[in-house]
Amino acid sequence: MNTMNNGRLVRAYLTEAKYETVRMLRTPAFAIPFLALPAGLYLLFAVVLFGDALRMDERAGWFVFTGFDVFGVMGPGLFGFGMVVAMEREQGLLTLKRALPMPAGASLLAKLLMAMLFGSLVTLTMIVAAMTLGHLPITAEQAWTIARINTLGSLPFCALGLFIGTLTTAKSAPAFTNLIYIAMIYLSGIMFPLPASMKAQAQIWPAFHLAQLTFIGLGSTEVGGPLVHVVVLTAITVVFAGLAIRRLARVG
Amino acid sequence: MKADCLAQLSGVSKRFGKIVALDGLDLDVRRSELLAVLGPNGAGKTTAISLLLGLRQPDTGTALLFGQSPLKVETRRQVGVMMQEVALAPELRVREQIDLIASYYPDPLSPEAAMEMTDTTALSHRPYGKLSGGQKRQAQFAMAICGRPKLLFLDEPTVGLDVQAREMLWATLRRLVDDGASIVLTTHYLEEAEALADRVAVLAKGKLIASGTVNEIRALVVRKRISCVTTLAEQDVAIWPDVQTVNREQQRLHITVSNAENVVRHLLAADDDLQELEVRRAGLSEAFTELTQETQR
Repeated sequence: MNTMNNGRLVRAYLTEAKYETVRMLRTPAFAIPFLALPAGLYLLFAVVLFGDALRMDERAGWFVFTGFDVFGVMGPGLFGFGMVVAMEREQGLLTLKRALPMPAGASLLAKLLMAMLFGSLVTLTMIVAAMTLGHLPITAEQAWTIARINTLGSLPFCALGLFIGTLTTAKSAPAFTNLIYIAMIYLSGIMFPLPASMKAQAQIWPAFHLAQLTFIGLGSTEVGGPLVHVVVLTAITVVFAGLAIRRLARVG
Repeated sequence: MKADCLAQLSGVSKRFGKIVALDGLDLDVRRSELLAVLGPNGAGKTTAISLLLGLRQPDTGTALLFGQSPLKVETRRQVGVMMQEVALAPELRVREQIDLIASYYPDPLSPEAAMEMTDTTALSHRPYGKLSGGQKRQAQFAMAICGRPKLLFLDEPTVGLDVQAREMLWATLRRLVDDGASIVLTTHYLEEAEALADRVAVLAKGKLIASGTVNEIRALVVRKRISCVTTLAEQDVAIWPDVQTVNREQQRLHITVSNAENVVRHLLAADDDLQELEVRRAGLSEAFTELTQETQR
Protein backbone atom coordinates (compact mmCIF):
# COMPACT_ATOMS: atom_id res chain seq x y z
CA MET A 1 0.00 0.00 0.00
CA ASN A 2 3.00 2.33 0.05
CA THR A 3 3.29 2.69 -3.72
CA MET A 4 1.57 5.55 -5.51
CA ASN A 5 -0.04 4.93 -8.86
CA ASN A 6 0.74 7.47 -11.58
CA GLY A 7 -2.64 9.13 -11.21
CA ARG A 8 -2.10 9.87 -7.53
CA LEU A 9 1.47 10.96 -8.17
CA VAL A 10 0.34 13.47 -10.81
CA ARG A 11 -2.40 14.60 -8.42
CA ALA A 12 0.22 15.27 -5.72
CA TYR A 13 2.21 17.53 -8.08
CA LEU A 14 -0.95 19.29 -9.25
CA THR A 15 -2.19 19.80 -5.68
CA GLU A 16 1.12 21.35 -4.70
CA ALA A 17 0.97 23.68 -7.74
CA LYS A 18 -2.68 24.50 -7.03
CA TYR A 19 -2.02 25.58 -3.46
CA GLU A 20 1.10 27.52 -4.45
CA THR A 21 -1.16 29.47 -6.84
CA VAL A 22 -3.82 29.94 -4.16
CA ARG A 23 -1.16 31.27 -1.78
CA MET A 24 0.01 33.82 -4.33
CA LEU A 25 -3.52 34.93 -5.20
CA ARG A 26 -4.18 35.47 -1.49
CA THR A 27 -1.02 37.58 -1.18
CA PRO A 28 -1.88 40.51 -3.44
CA ALA A 29 0.88 42.57 -1.81
CA PHE A 30 3.33 40.20 -3.54
CA ALA A 31 1.45 39.52 -6.77
CA ILE A 32 0.13 42.94 -7.78
CA PRO A 33 3.43 44.89 -7.71
CA PHE A 34 5.17 42.21 -9.75
CA LEU A 35 2.37 42.10 -12.30
CA ALA A 36 1.57 45.80 -12.54
CA LEU A 37 4.91 47.54 -11.99
CA PRO A 38 6.70 46.64 -15.26
CA ALA A 39 3.82 47.70 -17.53
CA GLY A 40 3.13 50.74 -15.31
CA LEU A 41 6.74 51.93 -15.46
CA TYR A 42 6.91 51.15 -19.16
CA LEU A 43 3.86 53.33 -19.82
CA LEU A 44 5.28 56.11 -17.65
CA PHE A 45 8.59 56.24 -19.51
CA ALA A 46 7.62 55.07 -23.02
CA VAL A 47 4.32 56.93 -23.28
CA VAL A 48 3.97 59.73 -20.74
CA LEU A 49 7.54 61.03 -20.43
CA PHE A 50 9.29 60.11 -23.69
CA GLY A 51 6.42 58.98 -25.94
CA ASP A 52 7.07 61.51 -28.69
CA ALA A 53 10.80 60.78 -28.87
CA LEU A 54 10.34 57.02 -28.87
CA ARG A 55 7.76 57.17 -31.63
CA MET A 56 10.45 58.73 -33.84
CA ASP A 57 13.01 56.04 -32.99
CA GLU A 58 11.64 52.52 -33.28
CA ARG A 59 14.89 50.91 -32.12
CA ALA A 60 14.80 52.91 -28.89
CA GLY A 61 11.15 51.90 -28.49
CA TRP A 62 12.11 48.22 -28.67
CA PHE A 63 14.94 48.82 -26.20
CA VAL A 64 12.65 50.38 -23.60
CA PHE A 65 10.04 47.66 -24.10
CA THR A 66 12.62 44.86 -23.73
CA GLY A 67 14.19 46.48 -20.66
CA PHE A 68 10.94 46.68 -18.70
CA ASP A 69 9.82 43.27 -19.95
CA VAL A 70 12.98 41.55 -18.68
CA PHE A 71 12.81 43.62 -15.48
CA GLY A 72 9.28 42.19 -14.98
CA VAL A 73 10.35 38.61 -15.60
CA MET A 74 13.27 38.82 -13.13
CA GLY A 75 11.22 39.75 -10.05
CA PRO A 76 8.94 36.74 -9.48
CA GLY A 77 11.80 34.29 -10.05
CA LEU A 78 14.32 36.04 -7.80
CA PHE A 79 11.95 37.09 -5.01
CA GLY A 80 9.47 34.22 -5.28
CA PHE A 81 12.31 31.79 -4.70
CA GLY A 82 14.89 33.83 -2.77
CA MET A 83 12.65 35.19 -0.05
CA VAL A 84 10.05 32.45 0.07
CA VAL A 85 12.54 29.57 0.20
CA ALA A 86 14.63 31.32 2.87
CA MET A 87 11.46 31.86 4.93
CA GLU A 88 10.19 28.31 4.47
CA ARG A 89 13.60 26.90 5.39
CA GLU A 90 13.82 28.99 8.53
CA GLN A 91 10.26 28.28 9.61
CA GLY A 92 10.64 24.53 9.24
CA LEU A 93 8.18 24.04 6.38
CA LEU A 94 10.79 22.58 4.02
CA THR A 95 12.01 20.29 6.82
CA LEU A 96 8.46 19.06 7.42
CA LYS A 97 8.01 18.39 3.72
CA ARG A 98 11.29 16.47 3.61
CA ALA A 99 10.07 14.33 6.49
CA LEU A 100 6.72 13.78 4.78
CA PRO A 101 6.44 11.71 1.60
CA MET A 102 6.17 14.73 -0.67
CA PRO A 103 7.08 13.62 -4.21
CA ALA A 104 10.59 14.64 -5.22
CA GLY A 105 10.85 18.32 -6.07
CA ALA A 106 7.07 18.93 -5.94
CA SER A 107 7.41 22.08 -3.85
CA LEU A 108 10.16 23.56 -6.06
CA LEU A 109 8.33 22.58 -9.23
CA ALA A 110 5.19 24.33 -7.98
CA LYS A 111 7.18 27.50 -7.29
CA LEU A 112 8.83 27.20 -10.71
CA LEU A 113 5.47 26.98 -12.47
CA MET A 114 4.28 29.94 -10.44
CA ALA A 115 7.29 32.06 -11.50
CA MET A 116 6.81 31.00 -15.13
CA LEU A 117 3.13 31.90 -14.94
CA PHE A 118 4.07 35.31 -13.55
CA GLY A 119 6.71 35.71 -16.29
CA SER A 120 4.16 35.00 -18.99
CA LEU A 121 1.56 37.31 -17.40
CA VAL A 122 4.12 40.12 -17.15
CA THR A 123 5.02 39.67 -20.82
CA LEU A 124 1.35 39.58 -21.78
CA THR A 125 0.60 42.85 -19.99
CA MET A 126 3.73 44.39 -21.50
CA ILE A 127 2.69 43.31 -25.02
CA VAL A 128 -0.82 44.69 -24.56
CA ALA A 129 0.57 47.98 -23.18
CA ALA A 130 3.12 48.26 -26.01
CA MET A 131 0.63 47.46 -28.78
CA THR A 132 -2.09 49.79 -27.52
CA LEU A 133 -0.67 52.81 -25.74
CA GLY A 134 2.98 52.32 -26.72
CA HIS A 135 2.22 52.15 -30.46
CA LEU A 136 4.86 49.44 -31.00
CA PRO A 137 4.16 47.32 -34.08
CA ILE A 138 4.26 43.82 -32.52
CA THR A 139 2.86 41.06 -34.71
CA ALA A 140 1.00 38.06 -33.29
CA GLU A 141 3.94 35.84 -34.24
CA GLN A 142 6.43 38.11 -32.43
CA ALA A 143 4.15 38.25 -29.39
CA TRP A 144 3.91 34.46 -29.26
CA THR A 145 7.71 34.13 -29.66
CA ILE A 146 8.62 36.58 -26.89
CA ALA A 147 5.92 35.15 -24.60
CA ARG A 148 7.59 31.74 -24.87
CA ILE A 149 11.09 33.23 -24.48
CA ASN A 150 10.11 35.13 -21.36
CA THR A 151 8.17 32.26 -19.81
CA LEU A 152 11.21 29.99 -20.10
CA GLY A 153 13.42 33.00 -19.39
CA SER A 154 12.14 32.95 -15.78
CA LEU A 155 14.14 29.80 -15.10
CA PRO A 156 17.65 31.27 -14.55
CA PHE A 157 16.20 33.86 -12.16
CA CYS A 158 14.35 31.11 -10.28
CA ALA A 159 17.62 29.16 -10.00
CA LEU A 160 19.48 32.26 -8.79
CA GLY A 161 16.70 33.05 -6.32
CA LEU A 162 16.67 29.48 -5.06
CA PHE A 163 20.43 29.64 -4.51
CA ILE A 164 20.06 32.89 -2.53
CA GLY A 165 17.20 31.31 -0.54
CA THR A 166 19.35 28.36 0.49
CA LEU A 167 22.19 30.61 1.70
CA THR A 168 20.32 33.35 3.54
CA THR A 169 17.99 33.69 6.48
CA ALA A 170 14.43 34.98 6.18
CA LYS A 171 15.57 38.39 7.44
CA SER A 172 18.61 38.74 5.18
CA ALA A 173 17.04 37.26 2.03
CA PRO A 174 15.22 40.48 0.94
CA ALA A 175 18.44 42.47 1.26
CA PHE A 176 20.54 39.95 -0.68
CA THR A 177 17.86 39.48 -3.33
CA ASN A 178 17.48 43.24 -3.78
CA LEU A 179 21.24 43.60 -4.04
CA ILE A 180 21.40 41.12 -6.92
CA TYR A 181 18.16 42.45 -8.46
CA ILE A 182 19.17 46.12 -8.50
CA ALA A 183 22.77 45.41 -9.52
CA MET A 184 21.55 43.25 -12.39
CA ILE A 185 19.03 45.85 -13.61
CA TYR A 186 21.76 48.45 -13.98
CA LEU A 187 24.86 46.41 -14.81
CA SER A 188 23.21 44.21 -17.43
CA GLY A 189 22.41 47.27 -19.50
CA ILE A 190 18.75 46.40 -19.98
CA MET A 191 17.52 49.81 -18.83
CA PHE A 192 20.03 52.14 -20.48
CA PRO A 193 22.94 51.72 -22.90
CA LEU A 194 26.17 50.99 -21.06
CA PRO A 195 29.44 52.82 -21.78
CA ALA A 196 31.91 50.80 -23.84
CA SER A 197 34.06 50.07 -20.79
CA MET A 198 31.17 48.30 -19.04
CA LYS A 199 29.82 46.27 -21.94
CA ALA A 200 31.98 43.21 -21.36
CA GLN A 201 30.82 42.71 -17.76
CA ALA A 202 27.16 42.87 -18.83
CA GLN A 203 27.51 39.40 -20.25
CA ILE A 204 27.78 37.77 -16.83
CA TRP A 205 24.18 38.76 -16.03
CA PRO A 206 21.30 36.52 -17.17
CA ALA A 207 19.13 39.62 -17.70
CA PHE A 208 21.49 40.71 -20.50
CA HIS A 209 21.12 37.40 -22.32
CA LEU A 210 17.33 37.29 -21.88
CA ALA A 211 17.10 40.83 -23.26
CA GLN A 212 19.17 39.78 -26.28
CA LEU A 213 16.89 36.79 -26.87
CA THR A 214 13.85 39.07 -26.62
CA PHE A 215 15.41 41.40 -29.21
CA ILE A 216 15.92 38.41 -31.49
CA GLY A 217 12.32 37.31 -30.86
CA LEU A 218 11.20 40.78 -31.95
CA GLY A 219 13.08 40.33 -35.23
CA SER A 220 16.34 42.15 -34.47
CA THR A 221 19.33 40.89 -36.45
CA GLU A 222 21.85 43.20 -34.76
CA VAL A 223 22.68 41.03 -31.75
CA GLY A 224 23.73 37.81 -33.52
CA GLY A 225 22.25 34.33 -33.16
CA PRO A 226 20.32 33.03 -30.17
CA LEU A 227 22.51 30.00 -29.43
CA VAL A 228 25.10 31.64 -27.18
CA HIS A 229 22.39 33.31 -25.07
CA VAL A 230 20.41 30.08 -24.72
CA VAL A 231 23.58 28.23 -23.68
CA VAL A 232 24.53 30.87 -21.08
CA LEU A 233 20.99 31.00 -19.60
CA THR A 234 20.80 27.19 -19.50
CA ALA A 235 24.22 26.99 -17.83
CA ILE A 236 23.25 29.57 -15.18
CA THR A 237 20.02 27.65 -14.49
CA VAL A 238 21.74 24.27 -14.19
CA VAL A 239 24.67 25.47 -12.07
CA PHE A 240 22.68 27.52 -9.53
CA ALA A 241 19.77 25.07 -9.30
CA GLY A 242 22.26 22.21 -8.86
CA LEU A 243 24.15 24.03 -6.10
CA ALA A 244 20.91 24.98 -4.36
CA ILE A 245 19.33 21.52 -4.53
CA ARG A 246 22.58 19.97 -3.24
CA ARG A 247 22.59 22.37 -0.33
CA LEU A 248 18.89 21.79 0.42
CA ALA A 249 19.47 18.02 0.47
CA ARG A 250 22.42 18.41 2.84
CA VAL A 251 21.30 21.02 5.31
CA GLY A 252 17.62 21.63 4.52
CA MET B 1 15.55 -5.92 12.27
CA LYS B 2 12.80 -7.88 14.06
CA ALA B 3 9.43 -8.35 12.34
CA ASP B 4 7.52 -6.37 14.96
CA CYS B 5 10.01 -3.50 14.87
CA LEU B 6 8.93 -0.56 12.68
CA ALA B 7 11.82 1.81 13.25
CA GLN B 8 15.27 1.25 14.65
CA LEU B 9 18.42 3.12 15.54
CA SER B 10 21.41 0.79 16.02
CA GLY B 11 24.63 2.06 17.58
CA VAL B 12 23.94 5.52 16.23
CA SER B 13 26.30 8.39 16.92
CA LYS B 14 25.94 11.95 15.72
CA ARG B 15 28.12 14.97 16.39
CA PHE B 16 27.53 18.63 15.62
CA GLY B 17 31.01 20.09 15.70
CA LYS B 18 32.34 19.43 19.21
CA ILE B 19 28.91 18.57 20.60
CA VAL B 20 28.03 14.90 20.83
CA ALA B 21 24.27 14.74 20.19
CA LEU B 22 23.96 10.94 20.11
CA ASP B 23 26.49 8.50 21.52
CA GLY B 24 25.97 4.90 20.41
CA LEU B 25 22.18 5.05 20.77
CA ASP B 26 20.05 1.94 20.30
CA LEU B 27 16.32 2.54 20.05
CA ASP B 28 13.48 0.61 18.49
CA VAL B 29 9.81 1.31 17.90
CA ARG B 30 7.54 -1.73 17.98
CA ARG B 31 4.26 -2.46 16.29
CA SER B 32 1.09 -1.07 17.96
CA GLU B 33 2.85 0.69 20.80
CA LEU B 34 3.09 4.25 22.00
CA LEU B 35 6.71 4.95 22.80
CA ALA B 36 7.37 8.10 24.81
CA VAL B 37 10.89 9.44 24.31
CA LEU B 38 11.84 11.54 27.33
CA GLY B 39 14.94 13.43 28.23
CA PRO B 40 16.16 16.82 29.42
CA ASN B 41 16.87 19.56 26.88
CA GLY B 42 19.84 18.58 24.72
CA ALA B 43 19.45 14.87 25.49
CA GLY B 44 19.29 14.01 21.78
CA LYS B 45 15.54 13.36 21.37
CA THR B 46 15.06 15.60 18.34
CA THR B 47 18.27 14.36 16.71
CA ALA B 48 17.15 10.75 17.18
CA ILE B 49 13.77 11.48 15.57
CA SER B 50 15.37 13.42 12.71
CA LEU B 51 17.60 10.41 11.95
CA LEU B 52 14.57 8.11 11.84
CA LEU B 53 12.85 10.54 9.46
CA GLY B 54 15.89 10.78 7.19
CA LEU B 55 16.36 14.48 7.90
CA ARG B 56 19.92 13.82 9.07
CA GLN B 57 22.40 11.04 8.53
CA PRO B 58 24.18 9.26 11.40
CA ASP B 59 27.97 9.55 11.63
CA THR B 60 28.10 5.89 12.66
CA GLY B 61 25.44 3.21 13.08
CA THR B 62 22.24 2.71 11.12
CA ALA B 63 18.76 4.23 11.07
CA LEU B 64 16.01 2.06 9.58
CA LEU B 65 12.36 2.78 8.95
CA PHE B 66 10.25 -0.27 8.10
CA GLY B 67 13.53 -2.12 7.49
CA GLN B 68 14.68 0.36 4.86
CA SER B 69 16.43 3.68 4.55
CA PRO B 70 14.27 6.58 5.77
CA LEU B 71 15.46 8.49 2.70
CA LYS B 72 13.18 6.37 0.49
CA VAL B 73 9.93 8.19 -0.18
CA GLU B 74 8.09 4.83 -0.29
CA THR B 75 9.14 4.24 3.30
CA ARG B 76 7.97 7.65 4.47
CA ARG B 77 4.53 7.06 2.93
CA GLN B 78 3.82 4.95 6.03
CA VAL B 79 4.74 7.78 8.38
CA GLY B 80 2.89 10.80 9.75
CA VAL B 81 4.76 13.70 11.35
CA MET B 82 3.86 16.52 13.71
CA MET B 83 6.80 18.81 14.36
CA GLN B 84 7.10 21.27 17.18
CA GLU B 85 8.54 24.24 15.35
CA VAL B 86 6.99 24.64 11.96
CA ALA B 87 5.20 27.59 10.41
CA LEU B 88 2.78 26.46 7.71
CA ALA B 89 1.53 28.72 4.92
CA PRO B 90 -0.65 31.28 6.75
CA GLU B 91 -2.76 31.98 3.65
CA LEU B 92 -4.08 28.42 3.30
CA ARG B 93 -7.16 27.27 5.16
CA VAL B 94 -7.09 24.27 7.47
CA ARG B 95 -8.95 22.02 5.02
CA GLU B 96 -6.57 23.04 2.25
CA GLN B 97 -3.50 22.30 4.39
CA ILE B 98 -4.86 18.80 5.10
CA ASP B 99 -5.77 18.28 1.43
CA LEU B 100 -2.20 19.18 0.42
CA ILE B 101 -0.54 16.81 2.89
CA ALA B 102 -3.07 14.03 2.11
CA SER B 103 -2.08 14.25 -1.57
CA TYR B 104 1.37 12.84 -0.67
CA TYR B 105 -0.11 9.51 0.48
CA PRO B 106 -1.44 6.55 -1.54
CA ASP B 107 -4.66 5.99 0.43
CA PRO B 108 -5.35 9.00 2.66
CA LEU B 109 -8.38 9.95 4.70
CA SER B 110 -10.51 12.67 3.16
CA PRO B 111 -9.83 16.06 4.77
CA GLU B 112 -13.34 15.92 6.24
CA ALA B 113 -12.68 12.52 7.87
CA ALA B 114 -9.32 13.72 9.25
CA MET B 115 -10.96 16.84 10.68
CA GLU B 116 -13.80 14.87 12.22
CA MET B 117 -11.34 12.45 13.81
CA THR B 118 -9.37 15.31 15.34
CA ASP B 119 -12.32 17.55 16.21
CA THR B 120 -11.13 20.31 13.86
CA THR B 121 -14.16 20.51 11.54
CA ALA B 122 -15.05 23.92 12.97
CA LEU B 123 -11.63 25.21 11.84
CA SER B 124 -12.04 23.91 8.29
CA HIS B 125 -12.39 27.29 6.53
CA ARG B 126 -10.20 29.32 8.86
CA PRO B 127 -6.89 30.59 7.41
CA TYR B 128 -4.07 28.85 9.25
CA GLY B 129 -2.38 32.16 10.05
CA LYS B 130 -5.43 33.33 11.99
CA LEU B 131 -5.56 30.31 14.33
CA SER B 132 -4.47 30.41 17.96
CA GLY B 133 -1.40 28.41 19.00
CA GLY B 134 -3.52 25.54 20.31
CA GLN B 135 -5.71 25.48 17.19
CA LYS B 136 -2.59 25.32 15.03
CA ARG B 137 -1.43 22.25 16.97
CA GLN B 138 -4.86 20.65 16.43
CA ALA B 139 -4.67 21.36 12.68
CA GLN B 140 -1.14 19.93 12.55
CA PHE B 141 -2.39 16.81 14.30
CA ALA B 142 -5.10 16.39 11.64
CA MET B 143 -2.38 16.75 8.99
CA ALA B 144 -0.20 14.16 10.73
CA ILE B 145 -2.91 11.49 10.72
CA CYS B 146 -4.52 12.20 7.33
CA GLY B 147 -2.27 9.73 5.47
CA ARG B 148 -3.41 6.77 7.64
CA PRO B 149 0.20 6.32 8.86
CA LYS B 150 1.40 3.09 10.41
CA LEU B 151 3.92 5.10 12.41
CA LEU B 152 3.29 8.55 13.78
CA PHE B 153 5.99 10.89 15.11
CA LEU B 154 4.63 13.55 17.44
CA ASP B 155 6.91 16.22 18.88
CA GLU B 156 5.34 17.94 21.90
CA PRO B 157 1.82 17.59 20.44
CA THR B 158 -0.11 19.09 23.34
CA VAL B 159 1.86 22.31 23.90
CA GLY B 160 -0.65 25.16 23.97
CA LEU B 161 -3.74 22.93 23.97
CA ASP B 162 -6.58 23.52 26.43
CA VAL B 163 -7.73 20.63 28.62
CA GLN B 164 -10.57 19.62 26.31
CA ALA B 165 -8.40 19.60 23.18
CA ARG B 166 -5.67 17.69 25.00
CA GLU B 167 -8.11 15.01 26.12
CA MET B 168 -9.43 14.71 22.57
CA LEU B 169 -5.89 14.27 21.27
CA TRP B 170 -5.10 11.66 23.91
CA ALA B 171 -8.30 9.75 23.07
CA THR B 172 -7.45 9.82 19.36
CA LEU B 173 -3.93 8.56 20.09
CA ARG B 174 -5.30 5.67 22.14
CA ARG B 175 -7.73 4.82 19.32
CA LEU B 176 -4.94 4.90 16.73
CA VAL B 177 -2.81 2.52 18.82
CA ASP B 178 -5.83 0.24 19.34
CA ASP B 179 -6.27 0.20 15.56
CA GLY B 180 -2.68 -0.98 15.11
CA ALA B 181 -0.68 2.22 14.59
CA SER B 182 2.57 2.91 16.42
CA ILE B 183 3.37 6.30 17.87
CA VAL B 184 6.62 7.94 18.91
CA LEU B 185 5.89 10.79 21.28
CA THR B 186 8.38 13.29 22.62
CA THR B 187 7.02 15.38 25.44
CA HIS B 188 8.04 17.47 28.42
CA TYR B 189 4.70 16.71 30.11
CA LEU B 190 5.55 13.60 32.08
CA GLU B 191 1.93 13.08 33.06
CA GLU B 192 1.24 12.76 29.33
CA ALA B 193 3.79 9.96 29.01
CA GLU B 194 2.45 8.40 32.21
CA ALA B 195 -1.11 8.45 30.84
CA LEU B 196 -0.40 7.25 27.32
CA ALA B 197 2.87 5.37 26.94
CA ASP B 198 3.14 1.63 26.57
CA ARG B 199 6.88 2.08 26.80
CA VAL B 200 9.18 4.89 27.84
CA ALA B 201 12.72 5.54 26.61
CA VAL B 202 14.75 7.97 28.69
CA LEU B 203 17.65 9.68 26.93
CA ALA B 204 20.41 11.72 28.50
CA LYS B 205 23.61 13.00 26.92
CA GLY B 206 22.81 11.15 23.71
CA LYS B 207 22.48 7.75 25.38
CA LEU B 208 19.56 5.54 26.29
CA ILE B 209 19.69 5.43 30.07
CA ALA B 210 16.45 3.56 30.72
CA SER B 211 13.72 1.85 28.76
CA GLY B 212 10.60 -0.03 29.78
CA THR B 213 6.97 0.37 30.77
CA VAL B 214 6.03 3.30 32.99
CA ASN B 215 5.88 0.97 35.98
CA GLU B 216 9.28 -0.50 35.16
CA ILE B 217 10.82 2.97 34.94
CA ARG B 218 9.20 4.01 38.22
CA ALA B 219 10.53 0.85 39.85
CA LEU B 220 14.08 1.78 38.83
CA VAL B 221 14.23 4.45 41.48
CA VAL B 222 13.97 3.85 45.18
CA ARG B 223 12.29 7.18 45.93
CA LYS B 224 8.85 7.28 47.44
CA ARG B 225 6.56 10.16 48.26
CA ILE B 226 4.99 10.67 51.67
CA SER B 227 2.31 13.19 52.31
CA CYS B 228 0.51 13.98 55.55
CA VAL B 229 -1.20 16.75 57.52
CA THR B 230 1.16 17.75 60.30
CA THR B 231 2.30 20.68 62.37
CA LEU B 232 5.96 19.68 62.01
CA ALA B 233 8.13 22.38 60.47
CA GLU B 234 9.58 21.81 56.99
CA GLN B 235 13.10 22.69 58.01
CA ASP B 236 13.00 20.19 60.89
CA VAL B 237 11.89 17.32 58.66
CA ALA B 238 14.36 18.25 55.91
CA ILE B 239 17.35 17.33 58.06
CA TRP B 240 16.12 13.81 58.96
CA PRO B 241 17.97 10.84 57.47
CA ASP B 242 16.57 9.47 54.15
CA VAL B 243 14.64 12.70 53.43
CA GLN B 244 15.44 14.23 50.06
CA THR B 245 12.95 17.07 49.56
CA VAL B 246 10.20 18.67 51.64
CA ASN B 247 7.42 20.97 50.43
CA ARG B 248 4.47 22.38 52.33
CA GLU B 249 1.09 22.91 50.73
CA GLN B 250 -1.05 24.65 53.40
CA GLN B 251 -1.25 22.06 56.25
CA ARG B 252 -0.03 19.19 54.08
CA LEU B 253 3.63 18.26 53.93
CA HIS B 254 5.01 16.47 50.83
CA ILE B 255 8.23 14.57 51.47
CA THR B 256 10.36 12.70 48.94
CA VAL B 257 12.33 9.95 50.64
CA SER B 258 14.72 7.16 49.86
CA ASN B 259 13.50 4.93 52.72
CA ALA B 260 9.79 5.40 53.42
CA GLU B 261 9.53 3.06 56.40
CA ASN B 262 12.20 4.88 58.43
CA VAL B 263 10.72 8.31 57.74
CA VAL B 264 7.13 7.17 58.53
CA ARG B 265 8.31 5.81 61.89
CA HIS B 266 10.04 9.12 62.56
CA LEU B 267 6.96 11.14 61.62
CA LEU B 268 4.59 9.12 63.81
CA ALA B 269 6.98 9.43 66.74
CA ALA B 270 7.41 13.18 66.27
CA ASP B 271 3.75 14.16 65.81
CA ASP B 272 0.97 12.43 67.76
CA ASP B 273 -1.66 14.42 65.84
CA LEU B 274 -0.39 13.48 62.38
CA GLN B 275 -3.27 12.77 59.97
CA GLU B 276 -4.03 11.62 56.41
CA LEU B 277 -0.77 9.78 55.96
CA GLU B 278 -0.13 8.58 52.39
CA VAL B 279 2.87 6.76 50.98
CA ARG B 280 3.24 6.52 47.20
CA ARG B 281 5.85 5.01 44.97
CA ALA B 282 7.76 7.60 42.93
CA GLY B 283 5.90 8.90 39.89
CA LEU B 284 7.40 9.00 36.45
CA SER B 285 8.34 12.58 37.13
CA GLU B 286 10.50 11.70 40.15
CA ALA B 287 11.94 8.68 38.37
CA PHE B 288 12.83 10.82 35.35
CA THR B 289 14.46 13.45 37.53
CA GLU B 290 16.53 10.93 39.44
CA LEU B 291 17.59 8.98 36.36
CA THR B 292 18.65 12.04 34.41
CA GLN B 293 20.34 13.69 37.41
CA GLU B 294 22.47 10.59 37.92
CA THR B 295 23.64 10.84 34.32
CA GLN B 296 24.41 14.55 34.61
CA ARG B 297 26.66 13.96 37.64
